[in-house]
Amino acid sequence: MSLFKAEEISVRFGGIRAVDSVSFEVQQGEVFSIIGPNGAGKTTIFNLISRIYNTTDGKLIFNGQDITRTPPYKIAGLGIARTFQNIELFANASLLQNLLIGRHCHSKVGFLSQIAFLPSTRTEERRHRERAEDVISFLGLERYRDTLIANLPYGVRKVVELGRALCTEPRLLLLDEPSSGLNVEETEGMGFWIEDIKKDLGITVIMVEHDMSLVSQVSDRVMALNYGRVLAMGEPREVQTHPEVVKAYIGGETEE
Amino acid sequence: MRYLFRTDYAQDMAAWRHGGDIFWYGLLAVVMLVLPFLLGEFYIGELGGVFIFAIAGVGLMLLVGYTGLISLGHAAFLGIGAYTNSVLLAQGVPFLITLPVAGLFTAACGAAIGLPTLRMSGLYLAIATLAFGSIVGTIFQKWNSVTGGFDGFAVPTPYVFGIPIEGATGVYYVSLAVLVFVLWMSLNLLRTPLGRAMVAIRDSEVSAQSMGIHLARYKAMSFAISAGMTGLAGALFAHYVRYLAPDAFDVLLSVQFVTIVFVGGLGSIHGAIFGALFVRLLPQFIAIIRDDLPFGLGRTPGLEPSLFGIVLVLVILFQPGGIFGLWLKTKHWFQAFPLKRKASFRRQKSYAKSERLR
Repeated sequence: MSLFKAEEISVRFGGIRAVDSVSFEVQQGEVFSIIGPNGAGKTTIFNLISRIYNTTDGKLIFNGQDITRTPPYKIAGLGIARTFQNIELFANASLLQNLLIGRHCHSKVGFLSQIAFLPSTRTEERRHRERAEDVISFLGLERYRDTLIANLPYGVRKVVELGRALCTEPRLLLLDEPSSGLNVEETEGMGFWIEDIKKDLGITVIMVEHDMSLVSQVSDRVMALNYGRVLAMGEPREVQTHPEVVKAYIGGETEE
Repeated sequence: MRYLFRTDYAQDMAAWRHGGDIFWYGLLAVVMLVLPFLLGEFYIGELGGVFIFAIAGVGLMLLVGYTGLISLGHAAFLGIGAYTNSVLLAQGVPFLITLPVAGLFTAACGAAIGLPTLRMSGLYLAIATLAFGSIVGTIFQKWNSVTGGFDGFAVPTPYVFGIPIEGATGVYYVSLAVLVFVLWMSLNLLRTPLGRAMVAIRDSEVSAQSMGIHLARYKAMSFAISAGMTGLAGALFAHYVRYLAPDAFDVLLSVQFVTIVFVGGLGSIHGAIFGALFVRLLPQFIAIIRDDLPFGLGRTPGLEPSLFGIVLVLVILFQPGGIFGLWLKTKHWFQAFPLKRKASFRRQKSYAKSERLR
């Protein structure tokens, strides 16, 4: 059974069809990449999955459950975490606090228990802290633990965002351009993290990416989009050499 | 310099960072407790006023400094707390019940305001809360049967365990107790998921949401907590002024609260205390120097509000960390002496400049 399935999803903004009946399935444990030129609708698909936008048509199914109309704040609790293209960290909080916010969907203590800092809250906080510490050592972020995000270099922030997503203990991880703004070495490092996340943590990944070397390094399957439509889907090499994909990137005569 | 060696996660959760904290705050508590025996009635009264404003300041700080929502209507919450407390007291309800009821009722009002204003932020929220403030002000004026209208009414003397809370000293101790309670609550709040959710909403709503934070619920909650604390301050304020009249709760008071938050230092609980000291003591300072000012400046009407305005603008321009930020810098200067560098407190802005990174 597939972990995630999009059935004929579409979204219209006014007259523009940003995503036009796109269907795909993601299997448990694979890395699925979405590529395409700017404005192809890649990030829009992420925003549809994380329910920031409403789908106009179609169905989203995660783990056998229809999430097409699930409110956005419940998505993390179901096991879908994401990162953002332009980094949406909590800039005036420390790295540790950012990771602990990632634990939010796992906190169960009530309001009064928190206000009074009862033993139940203390126990839970300690558990959150342990989980956050696991992520810190997994990603090697120890030296930045108490640094404000605003004082961290861009490359580190990218990793922190990955860490924050991991703190939610997701089954499906959505990575929106994990390599954007990173240099070659950092991009390579990001590739290794993604492979580790897949192999060691067993998390399924959907990734939007422009860097083809990263795409071929980590993806099991690739979907190419243009103007909100699927151009090709399959093995990375297969998709990259697909004539439609080449045309979308390099340009060429259109058939119409 | 002090280096902290941490061997346990509980250390990060603890209310005190190290023994020095316990010593200094303990000393402060002792000083505060014996102060009424050392100082005159006038100063104790003024300090009581500082405590009351600090309580409201902490409340507003949670909303503005931590959740990132502005409110220009907090004078209304202070008023709701004051009237709820005093009206109930006049009905013969004991003070130990009217005080929490005033807090809870104001919190409920805060949540009620919080819900419809959730979609607003920034300037729009400021205007909406400003409007709320003036609506509530009008209600205080017109609802004669309850509030006594423009004439107002004298606030009855409260009793705690049979002891009357009278005069400056009584208000001082009760306010101190409530301030400590409010500080304890805020401290707990800020080290639990609730406080972190507030910070998350302040810094990035979209990612807060995708981390599983229910924006509407947490915004309403932080409005309620903030209003509730201000309501408690209001109940005490009624006993501080001893005679309730609607004109006490005008926009200028709301602006004073905002000044507390900004001048004290946005995003720090200490800041709320420093800000309250500033806001309460500046008028006294003006009163002292008023006669010595040149060009008849001392007799100019509106000297006080304009000074508040000027200080607010200057702080925002030149000292965004407020008084607390200044204190941190001073502390750092002494700790690092003589190695202080100018860049120590400068935020690094950007590493790569492109349209992608704002």
